[in-house]
Amino acid sequence: MPSTIVTEEMELLRVDKGPGGGGFSGGGGDSGDSGDSSGATRVPQRAYITGMFIALAGILMFFMAFVSAYIVRKDMPNSAWIPLPVPRILWLNTLILIASSFTLARAHSRFTAKDEDGFRHWWATTTVLGILFVAGQIIAWRQLAAQGIFLATNPSSSFFYVFTGAHGVHLLGGILALLYVQFRATRKVARGTAVEVVSMYWHFMDGLWLFLFLLLYLGR
Amino acid sequence: MSSHAHAGGSTVHAPMAEPSGFIRKYIFSVDHKVIGIQYFLLALTAVVVGIVLSLLMRFHLVWPNAALPFVSGGQMSQEQYLALVTMHGTIMVFFVLTTAPQGGFGNYFLPIQIGAPDMAFPRLNMLSFWVTFLAFVCIIAAFAVPGGAPISGWTGYTPLSGLGEITGPGEGWGQTMWIVSISLFCLASLLGALNFIATTIDLRAPGMSLMRMPLTVWGWFVTAILGLLAFGVLLAGGILLLLDRSAGTSFFIPAGLVVNDQLQAHSGGSPLLWQHLFWFFGHPEVYIAILPGMGVASHVLSTFARKPVYGYRAMAYAICAIGFLGFMVWGHHMFVSGMSPYSGFAFSVLTMSIGVPSAIKTFNWLGTLWGGKIQFKTPMLFALGFVSLFVSGGLSGLFLAQPAVDNMLHATYYVVAHFHLVMGVAAIFGIFAATYFWFPKMFGRMMSEPLGKIHFWFTFVGAYCIFMPMHFIGIAGGIRRYADASAVGFLAHLQPVHEFMTIAAFITGAAQLFFLFNFFYSLKFGPKASKNPWNATTLEWDTDSPPPIDNFGGHYPSVYRGPYEFSVPGAVDDFIPQWLEPSQVARVK
Repeated sequence: MPSTIVTEEMELLRVDKGPGGGGFSGGGGDSGDSGDSSGATRVPQRAYITGMFIALAGILMFFMAFVSAYIVRKDMPNSAWIPLPVPRILWLNTLILIASSFTLARAHSRFTAKDEDGFRHWWATTTVLGILFVAGQIIAWRQLAAQGIFLATNPSSSFFYVFTGAHGVHLLGGILALLYVQFRATRKVARGTAVEVVSMYWHFMDGLWLFLFLLLYLGR
Repeated sequence: MSSHAHAGGSTVHAPMAEPSGFIRKYIFSVDHKVIGIQYFLLALTAVVVGIVLSLLMRFHLVWPNAALPFVSGGQMSQEQYLALVTMHGTIMVFFVLTTAPQGGFGNYFLPIQIGAPDMAFPRLNMLSFWVTFLAFVCIIAAFAVPGGAPISGWTGYTPLSGLGEITGPGEGWGQTMWIVSISLFCLASLLGALNFIATTIDLRAPGMSLMRMPLTVWGWFVTAILGLLAFGVLLAGGILLLLDRSAGTSFFIPAGLVVNDQLQAHSGGSPLLWQHLFWFFGHPEVYIAILPGMGVASHVLSTFARKPVYGYRAMAYAICAIGFLGFMVWGHHMFVSGMSPYSGFAFSVLTMSIGVPSAIKTFNWLGTLWGGKIQFKTPMLFALGFVSLFVSGGLSGLFLAQPAVDNMLHATYYVVAHFHLVMGVAAIFGIFAATYFWFPKMFGRMMSEPLGKIHFWFTFVGAYCIFMPMHFIGIAGGIRRYADASAVGFLAHLQPVHEFMTIAAFITGAAQLFFLFNFFYSLKFGPKASKNPWNATTLEWDTDSPPPIDNFGGHYPSVYRGPYEFSVPGAVDDFIPQWLEPSQVARVK
C-alpha cells in the first residue's frame, strides 16, 4: 500500500469570538469541523478529547473503589490474609507495558511529523506489545493456578485476580481501539483526534497498571 | 411580542436530513429528543409499577391478614413484603428518579438550551438508553425468576444479599438479577454522564458562557459529574458482591456465619465494606435525584413570576457546593454501625453544612417570587410545591444528621418520611413541573390547565397526608421494613394512623390518573402550541413545537444575554429572550 501523507489536521482547539461577546469558552458553536463532510453534525473534535478525559475520570473512580476495598480488607483483624507471592513474570509484563507507552509516544510524534509509514510502524509495535502484555498476564494467572491459587483461595488472591482482571479487560478495549485506528478509517472523528484519544487512554492504562502493580507488590 | 429575527452572527447550515423508516426514527434513534422521550416513557412505566408495589405495601401494613388472590399461599408473607420493599425502592430510585429528570428532560433539553444540534456523542446516547432499558427488563425479570424478587432492600446489605438462596426466598436468582440490572444501569449512567459533561463543556453556542446557562443546565451538568464519579463505585461493589455469591470469594462475608444451621464457608470479609461502597455511591445518588428538580424549580419559578432568578450566581455555586459536599457525607447512613464518634462527628458536621447551600437556594427561590407578577399555571404550582416539600423533607434531614438523635431514629419511619418527602415527592414534583412546562415544546400541544390543577391539589395535599404523620410513627418507635407491626403492644395505638396514611396513599395514587389521562389525551387532542406559549426566555422557545431534527431548522442561535431577563426596566415586553439581538429589543421611548 503506497504511503500517504496524513492530510487531516488535528483540531484540538478552535477559539471563536461569538457576536455580543460574553466570554464563552472557545471550541464549540459555529466553527466548521474538520473531517466532517456531512455538514450539519457540528461536533468539534475537541469534544472527543474532553470525552476521553471524562471517561478516564469515571474509570479511575471504578478502580479506586477496588483499591479502597483492598486497603480496608488487608488490614482487618481476623482477615485470614496470606500475602500473595506476586508472579515474577509481572515484572516483565510491566516493562513491556512501559515500553509500549514509549513506542506509542514515538508513533504520535511520527504522526505529527506527517510520516505515515513511521506512524503505522510504531503504532503496530505498540499494539503487539499490548498483546504481549495481556498474554503475559494470562501466563501469570496460569502460574498461580498451577500453584493452587485461585480466585477464592484467599482474600489476597481474590484482589489479585480482580485487579489484574479488571485492568486486563480495559486494556483489551485499548488494544481493540489501537487496531481500529490502524485498519479502519473513522468517519466523524478526525484521524488525528482518534490518535490523540487512544494515546490518552493507553498511557492512562499504563500508569494505572504501574500503580496497581506497586500496590500489589508493596502491599503483599 | 417582539419580533424574533434570528441573530445575524449565526451560521446557516443545510438542515439535517431526517432518518427514514420507523425503526431508525423511533426505536434505534440517535436523536437526543427521541431518546429523551424514550427515557421518559421508561420512567413512566417504572413509576406505575413502583406505585402499585407501594400500594400493596401500604395495604399489607393495615390489613396484614387479608386474603390476596394473586399471592401464592393466599396471604402475603413477611418475605414477600420485603420483596415489595426491595423492588419498590430499587425501581423508584433508579428507574424513575435517576431516569426521568436526567435521562428524560436532560437529554431532551440540555442540547437545545445551550444551542447545540444534539449531544456530543449521539450513538453513545442511544446505547445508554438501550442498556438502561435492558437493566429495566432485568429488574422486572426478578419477579419472574425462581424464588422471586430479592428481599435485601434497595441497599442490598450483606451478608443477606451475599450468600445466595440460603438466606431466603428471592436471594438466589432474584438477587442475581438485581445485581445484573444495577450493574447495567451503572454502565449506562456512566456513558450518559460522559455525554452530558462533554456536551455542556464543548457544544455551547456563541455567547452562551457558563454564567449565561439556564439553571436547568447547571442542574443537569453537576448531576452528570456526580453520576460519573459515583456510579463506578457502585459497579465495583456490585462486581465484588457477584463474586462473593458465585465465585466463593469473601469480600463482604465474615467468617463463622451459620445460616439455617449451615456453616458458611467464607472467611473474614466485612459487611461494613459493602455499606461503605454502597453509600459512597448512594449519597451522591440522592443528590442526582434532586438537583435537576432544583434547576427546573428555579427556571419555572422565574418564568411564571416574570422575575429574574434571585441571586443567579449564588444559585449556580450552590448547585456545585451541594454536589461537592454530597460526596463527603455518606457516613450519615451508617451512624449506628459502630463507627468512631469522631467519624460520626465529622460526617454530622459535613451533612449539616449541606444545609447552607440548600438554604441559600430556598431563600433565593423565595426572593425570586417576592414582588413578582405570579401566574399560577400548573408548572408554577408544581414548582411551588417543590419548594414546600423540599423544605419539609430537608428539615427532618437536619435532625437525622445528629448521631445522638439518629441513634433513636435510624431505621424508623422517621427516615422513611424524610426521604419520601425529598425524593418521593419533591423530586417527583420537579418531574411534574418539567412535564407540564415542556409538554407544549415536546409535543406541539397544550395540556389541560383544569386537569393539571386538579392533579396538583390532590397530589400536594395527598402527599402531605401520607408522609407528615409518618414522622410521628417513627418517633414513637415504628420500625421500617417490618411487614406487620399490628401485634406490637406499644405501637398498637398507631394503627389508625397507618390506616389514614394508607387511605391517603390510595387516593393520591388514584389521582395520578388525572395526570395520565391529561398527558395522553393532550398528545392527540390538546390545542396546538405556539413556539413560546409561556413567553419564556431560553433557547428552546426559539424553535418550533416540536423542534425539527437538528433543533433549530438549519440555523444556530447566538446568545446575547443571561437566561432570566424578565421585567427588565425600559423594555416594552416583560421578557427579553436570550436569542434576541440587542438592536431588536423593543425599548420604551
